[in-house]
Amino acid sequence: MSEMKKIKNLKEFSTSADRFEGANLLCPGCAHSIIVREVLNATNDDLILSASTGCLEVCTAVYPYTSWDASWIHIGFENGSTAVAGAEAMYKALKTKKRLKQPDRNPKFVSFAGDGASYDIGFQWISGCMERGHNMMHVVLDNEVYANTGGQRSSSTPIGSSATTSPAGRVSYGEKKNKKDMVAIMASHGIPYSAQVAPNKWKDMVKKIQHGMEVDGPVFINAVSPCTTEWKFDPKDTMLLTDLSTDSLVFPLYEIIDGHELNITYRPKEKDIVPVEEYLAAQGRFKHLFKDQYKYLIKEWQERVDANWAYLNRREEARV
Amino acid sequence: MAFDKMELRDIEVWDGNFAAAQALRQCQIDVVAAYPITPSTPIVEGYAKFLSDNYVEGEFVMVESEHAAMSGCIGASAAGGRVATATSSQGFALMVETLYQASGMRLPIILNVVNRALAAPLNVNGDHSDMYLGRDSGWIQLDAYSPQGAYDLNFIAFKVAEDHDVRLPAMVHQDGFMTSHTAQGVHTLSDDVAYNFVGDFKPMNDMLDFEHPVTHGVQTEEDWHFEHKARQHNDMMTKVLPKIQAAFDDFEKLTGRKYNIVERYDMDDADVAVVCMGTSVETAREVATEMRAKGIKAGVVGIRVVRPFPFFEIAEALKGVKAIAALDRSAPGGAPGMLFNELAGCLFNSEERPMLSGYVYGLGGRDLTKKHLVDLYTELQANVDAGKVTTQLQQFIGVRGPKLAFL
Repeated sequence: MSEMKKIKNLKEFSTSADRFEGANLLCPGCAHSIIVREVLNATNDDLILSASTGCLEVCTAVYPYTSWDASWIHIGFENGSTAVAGAEAMYKALKTKKRLKQPDRNPKFVSFAGDGASYDIGFQWISGCMERGHNMMHVVLDNEVYANTGGQRSSSTPIGSSATTSPAGRVSYGEKKNKKDMVAIMASHGIPYSAQVAPNKWKDMVKKIQHGMEVDGPVFINAVSPCTTEWKFDPKDTMLLTDLSTDSLVFPLYEIIDGHELNITYRPKEKDIVPVEEYLAAQGRFKHLFKDQYKYLIKEWQERVDANWAYLNRREEARV
Repeated sequence: MAFDKMELRDIEVWDGNFAAAQALRQCQIDVVAAYPITPSTPIVEGYAKFLSDNYVEGEFVMVESEHAAMSGCIGASAAGGRVATATSSQGFALMVETLYQASGMRLPIILNVVNRALAAPLNVNGDHSDMYLGRDSGWIQLDAYSPQGAYDLNFIAFKVAEDHDVRLPAMVHQDGFMTSHTAQGVHTLSDDVAYNFVGDFKPMNDMLDFEHPVTHGVQTEEDWHFEHKARQHNDMMTKVLPKIQAAFDDFEKLTGRKYNIVERYDMDDADVAVVCMGTSVETAREVATEMRAKGIKAGVVGIRVVRPFPFFEIAEALKGVKAIAALDRSAPGGAPGMLFNELAGCLFNSEERPMLSGYVYGLGGRDLTKKHLVDLYTELQANVDAGKVTTQLQQFIGVRGPKLAFL
């Protein structure tokens, strides 16, 4: 049986035993480490972890140091999910063959990857892992950009964002394509659980992670991870940005069970819903949208977010 | 044990693919992660069938690409168990990134490579382009010339790769179709004898030892990268060949079948010699014997271990030879050819410094005929008689159209 951690409040959370060390090279204000701690802190069980090439990987396993107090593997940019799937296959094989050194344990298999390593270059590998039914969880640290290589657009980069390969300029408002709906795509694999989470709503997140660790089969988690460097905000404002992302409904929090049953898990009161404009205004990557000629894009942004929220609500009501 | 053993006849009629599949079964592989590609597919199909018939216990993960196959093998191997897979050609090419990662992480994965040409133009038949593509990847590379070799060398590969002094992945090569799909008599080992030769898998730095968490696949920059690569190369250069020789010796004691790092045929007094790999070795041996009947002192050197390259062993095998032909079964892409270059390296500092010429042959599965080899030995003898290389240094043989020769 799984042994999930019971953490009542943030004070308990902050003093909880940690298998991801604070000694790492991530930027001050990076949300990655907060998300990783929330995931790892969800369970007392043993963990087999991976990271795909990216900020998390290059900042936490620089020889001869490691920030990981659980078995961890990195192979390449695209295949962190499959590394964990291979380890999970070996666990099953050794369990059958009665060769596990500690046969009474109940390890959890988790791969971490950025949006570039998940939405783009690792897409096929993750799809394969989800389709084959490995007992594993893939967590996307979604900062909507190739941050580790210096801010290039990924298929998670939202429209109007200025990225180094789709920079805003005299005749361009930056990224022209809208963000890919990865949660929907992964849910379409018919996996038992997929969800969108945010580190500010840590109870919601821990609940989802624990649920994901308890179900039998592959789980996909998309975590919004505000990037102080590429989103261009003050490192002290990470949680403020995360609040704006969830309260503006740009990053709605929901789960999809068995590929179809959608539940909204965070529903801000009508009066607490923040205009998308405020979310955009808090970030340097959208600064140019506030010029007169691009203001129509802000209006379109709001319409898109409203439409998506309405869609999620209809999905939830319809129970299909 | 919960699985069934298989009763084998002393000699079975197997093609190279099935021989390799049987070896994987007898080694009791824990995880195979694989993706189909001609002509290697029957190897992993064989494992899958053995699994469904309860002749082996383990996990078969049929992934969505060769890159994922090797990625899954890396994860499984790092977790701590015996891992193998098979591929060819384009699949091998797709795997290349992960080949370097597997060797750099010191994971003893066994990859059966059924050699096949590389596109374009697309071609499913055997040449050594994929084998050559892997030659700097840090893997041990063993070359089988027949189904018997494909069977036996898998046991050697596991024994050497999994040795804790080595901890490097190994490839077992066989020629696409010529070996992989040609059924021959194969002398077998019983399941127990085969398994005991390889022994139990002994995990090291295994992720599944929860009391001792490990970090695999770290970042190193200019501060440590060089030392890691140098240590890996050092182990390849100093430890692997003695371990292979010891495994060959043990195997000979067990089976009576003798393998050598460099396979010599009629080399004791040879004036002229062909150096080649794969199924061509057998053809060359036959022709060498015929040349001897005509008064030409011909010999053959077969490369059994491609990596680590047996630099001194080959120089030793070629001692006293006056004219040598390097046979490369891969398009060299603007160079003399891998084998030509390696041999030149071996021989350059020798006192005799024999004459060396290169031949590119058999691309895309084109036959190497006895006639080709007769002509080739005749050219080598002409070189000996003239005291110099009388042809251009690089010749393409067996290709249609006007004669192609370079350098």
